[in-house]
Formats: sequence, structure tokens, C-alpha cells
Amino acid sequence: MIAVEQLAKRFGGVEAVRGLSFECPDGQITGLLGPNGAGKSTTLRMLYGVLSPDSGRALIDGIDVAQDPLVARRSLGVLPHGAGIYPQLTARENVRYFGELHGMRGAALEARVQVLVEQLGMTEFADRRATGFSQGQRTKVALARALVHSPRHVLLDEPTNGLDVMATRALRELIRSLRAAGHCVLFSSHVMQEVAALCDRIVIIDHGVVAAEGSAAELQERFGGATLEESFVRVLGEREGLA
Amino acid sequence: MITTLLTVLRKELRETFRDRRTLVSSLLMGPLLAPLLLVGSMQLALERSLDSADETVPLTVAGAERAPALLGFLRERGISITPREGTPEDIAQWVAKDKELVVLEVREGFGAALLAGEPARLALHADGSGSTANRHADRVRKNLQIWASHIASARLQLRGVSSSLMQPVLIDDVDLSTPSSRATLILGVLSYMVLLVMLSGGLYLAIDATAGERERGSLEPLLSLPVPREHLIWGKVLATVLMMALALALMLAVLAASLRRLPLEEIGMSVDFGPGMALAVFGAMVPFTLVGAALLTVVASFTRSYKEAQTWLGMVLLVPTLPIAVAGVMEVSPSPALMAVPSLSQHLLMQGLLRGEPLPADYVAISVCSTLALGLLLTWTAGRLYRRERILG
Repeated sequence: MIAVEQLAKRFGGVEAVRGLSFECPDGQITGLLGPNGAGKSTTLRMLYGVLSPDSGRALIDGIDVAQDPLVARRSLGVLPHGAGIYPQLTARENVRYFGELHGMRGAALEARVQVLVEQLGMTEFADRRATGFSQGQRTKVALARALVHSPRHVLLDEPTNGLDVMATRALRELIRSLRAAGHCVLFSSHVMQEVAALCDRIVIIDHGVVAAEGSAAELQERFGGATLEESFVRVLGEREGLA
Repeated sequence: MITTLLTVLRKELRETFRDRRTLVSSLLMGPLLAPLLLVGSMQLALERSLDSADETVPLTVAGAERAPALLGFLRERGISITPREGTPEDIAQWVAKDKELVVLEVREGFGAALLAGEPARLALHADGSGSTANRHADRVRKNLQIWASHIASARLQLRGVSSSLMQPVLIDDVDLSTPSSRATLILGVLSYMVLLVMLSGGLYLAIDATAGERERGSLEPLLSLPVPREHLIWGKVLATVLMMALALALMLAVLAASLRRLPLEEIGMSVDFGPGMALAVFGAMVPFTLVGAALLTVVASFTRSYKEAQTWLGMVLLVPTLPIAVAGVMEVSPSPALMAVPSLSQHLLMQGLLRGEPLPADYVAISVCSTLALGLLLTWTAGRLYRRERILG
């Protein structure tokens, strides 16, 4: 399970995250929804430990990421926002490199890489150098790289950026299969349909705090929008009115 | 830790060796072209100085019949004489037409004045702005003076005066430089060049592995792995070290092969730059790769983009060469304190080797230890710097 408790982070004078708390149960897909600059990436970065919180805790299976980052990260698969890959390596070598850094070796590693290549539809370009890959191809490689060690928890920061319809559908399938296998998936997006189609739970954040949370249906009921998008706009509008 | 280090090392090297442009600038431009350029220009300089020592100097003489004995003397001293008649005005025209022409004009009454023991007049015409004409005129002038002093001492002897009276002081030039140390003068620039080429061998890998990785967005996923960041950075430093060592080895091999073809012995120099020497120089220089690699990595951690890193690291590359430049101007000689200065100590070790006077073992030990100590300190610093949050940009 992933949990954040009263998480806060400021950059200079800007409070990016202010006392954020939510939970992502295992076997569910949690969507982090929010406008640009709401603090989605900052929250995820604190969860995978490249930023340390000013206060509060980010917990992976009860392990505080700031206290014990290496142990916490071991069960995490991470796709950061705008993740790049190594252009001089083939797709397969890119994935293999991360597998090796996770301590995987030999036949077990090769087999796992092959599974991901097939699962993500990378067969065509698996052994080509990554120079000149399309954004979609690069995202697939980055995703395979994040999943190579079969992590229990998966953090995806805007994973569908630049993916075409087919690739997006494939990614959805993959995320659902992760859920079916009991993984905990947390992903951020500002694409409404994406979140509505996929998420069991939605956490809407705005200006660094949780504005609303619940399932898509619950949110629609509470805020009375015909679609999730409408509800989302109402949530934000209500907050504007409050502020 | 070792497995992480090796995994990173292998990946960085694989990437570098697949990037043809990087490879060309790291291992081809520096290690191959620099020594060839050096050796080429040395060869040219040597050939010219060898030529000028025994070249025959052409001299046109007007009024040649007035000074047969003098001309005979000049001929013996390697000056080839062409008699040609003309007035002083004609001579001025000849020189104006042919800038390289040197003309000796034997004035009327030369023989008579000589017999009478009065100053006999000669005129040497040459265009002083041309380097060849100047050199030739100098040779002629020098030989004329030698002839004049012969005549002078003969005259004194005829009058019963010892010619040594005319030499109140006799200066003996005692040249203490050995052939090898003279060669060092020419090869002095070598350690500077070796250091620079060695460091630039790792330049592109250092940039790519740090600023490049950040710019491509592959640094963040890398740093979110369950691996201590220090180990990743040390792996990158190690890869840079290997590239630098490779550039060094390649360059020394090229030097060993090309310096042998130089006619250094003909001007009394005997630097034997064979495989043994190349190996010794490699041993002297290679500890510095750690300082260089770590220094580049540290500086690269402050840059925001590949371009910025390129600019900064290009300048930083020159920092280790500064002590050498200062030492060259001040003509320092090795001491234990100086051997503790990395890059300067490598320079001194290499100069010792080239001079054929290797430095004592404790000096070598000081050099190796101080250099490795600084290298490890910088490597540790690089690791610390990559723990900062700001490293993600």
C-alpha cells in the first residue's frame, strides 16, 4: 500500500504541496488528478524519493521513503514525467540495464525482458537503437524499464503523454493486468477520460492539497456533474469560490 | 557496490563506443592528430636547422680579381662564389630584383690598402628584411671577420708581437646540457599535450553521463532505482577514467611510433621514446585520470544542459595544465613538496623520464599518493553532489 501523510514541500517561496494526505490500497488503481502545477509530480517525486518532504511522510508498505529510500524503492516501479531513454542502446538493452541495476542477471532477466517486449508490443523495435524512436516507442521502453523487476507498486507520472490510441489502449490493458495481479497502481494525469476509464479511486489535488477524493461515480454524485470532467471543474470552481 | 559499478561502467562505455562522433573526437582527434602534428612540426624545424648548418651560401662578388686570396678562403669555408662585374648602382639593382641575393663588393684599391697595412674596404649588399638573405649575409660576415683576424695576427707576428696580446680575454663556451636535456627543451611541450589529450579523451563521456543524461530525462528514472546514488556516479567516474587511460595509451603508442622517425640524433639529441618509455610515461600519468574524471563530473553536476557542460568542462580541462605552465615559466626543479601537487608532479615525472634521469622512488610514491588522494576526494564530492535534490534540474 502507498500512503502519504500530511506531506509538505516548498521550493523557495512556492508551496508546491501543503499537508497532502491520501492512500492507495493494493489491488486498486488510484488516479492523481489535478490542473498543471497542482503538485502531482512533486508528490510522486517524494514517493519515489528523489525529493525529500519538508514535513509529513511518504510511505510504501509502511516504510518511510525519506528514512529508508533504498528499501522503499525496491518494491517501486517508476515512470517519471518525460522520462528519457539512452539513444545509443537498443530498446532491449535499455530495459536490461535497469534490470541489472535491480540485481537481476542471466536467463531470468532475459526472460523477463522478453515478456515485457511482447506485452507492450515492442517486438518490432526491440533490437533497434533508440535514436529516432517515436514518443510512443520511447514511453513503451521507459514503461518496460519501470516494470522490469516486477514491482509491487507502480508510480506513473502522465504515462499516456504522446501515446497514440492503440498504445494508450495497450497501456490501459497493462495497468488493469497489474491491478488484477494485486499491484498498487498510482498514476497522475490531467486527461479526464483516462482517469474515468481506468481508476478505482480518484484523488483530485489543487494547490498542493486534496480537493476531493472518491470513485468517479462518487465524485459525480457529490458534485453533480454529468461527467467526471464537469465534476472536476465544479470541484475546482468551488475551491476558487472559497479562496 | 561492485556489480552496480561494473553495470554502469559497461553501459557508459557501450554507449560511447557506439557514438561515432564522440569516439572520433575522444580517441581520434586528440590521441592521433595531436602527436602527429607535434612530430610533424618538430620534423620540419629539425630539417631546417640541419640544412642551414651545412648549406652552401651563394655569394656574388663584384671586383673578384682584386681579392683572390680572400675569395679562396671563403670558398674553403663552404661559400660558393659567382664573380659578376658591376658598379655599386648595378649591385643595388641586382639586390632589388633578387631579394635573396648577397653581393660582396671589393672596392678599388683593396689590394694596395691591404699591403700598406691600412683598412681595406669591402661592402656587403643584402636585403636585410629577408630571412634567407640575412642568414647568408651573417655567414659571409662571420667568415670575413675570421679572415681579417688571421691577417691581423700575421701582421703582429711579422713585427715580433705575439698575437695573444690582442686577446686579453678568451671565452670558453662550456655547454653543460646533455644531448637528452637539450631534447627535453623541444619535448617540454609534450607533457602539457599528453595531459590535455588524456583529459579530453574522457570529456564527452563525462558530459554525456551527467549533463547529457539529465537533459535526456534519463537521470530521474536512474536515480529512483534502489541503488545508492554514489555507486552510480562512481561507475560513471570510472568509465571516464577508462576513456582517459585509453586516450593516453593510444597517444603514447602514436608518439612512440612517430618520434622514432625523427632525426633527433643528428642534432645531438638522444631521446629514446620506445615502448619502455611509453609504458613508464603511462604509469606516471595514469593516476591523474581519476582527478580529471572526478573533476569533470563535479563541475558537470552544476551545469544545466549539454551545451553548458561543454562550455564549462572545456575550460575546466585547462585547470590542471596551469601548474605545468607556471612551472615552465619559473623553471622549477623537483622537490618533495612539488611532487605533492597533482598534474605538476606528473609533469616533473615525465620530464625526468624524457631527460633520462628518472626521479627517485619516494618522489614517485608522493606523486601517486597525493594524486590518488585528491582524485578520491573529488570522486567522493561528486557522489555527494548527486545526492542533492537540485541535481534533477
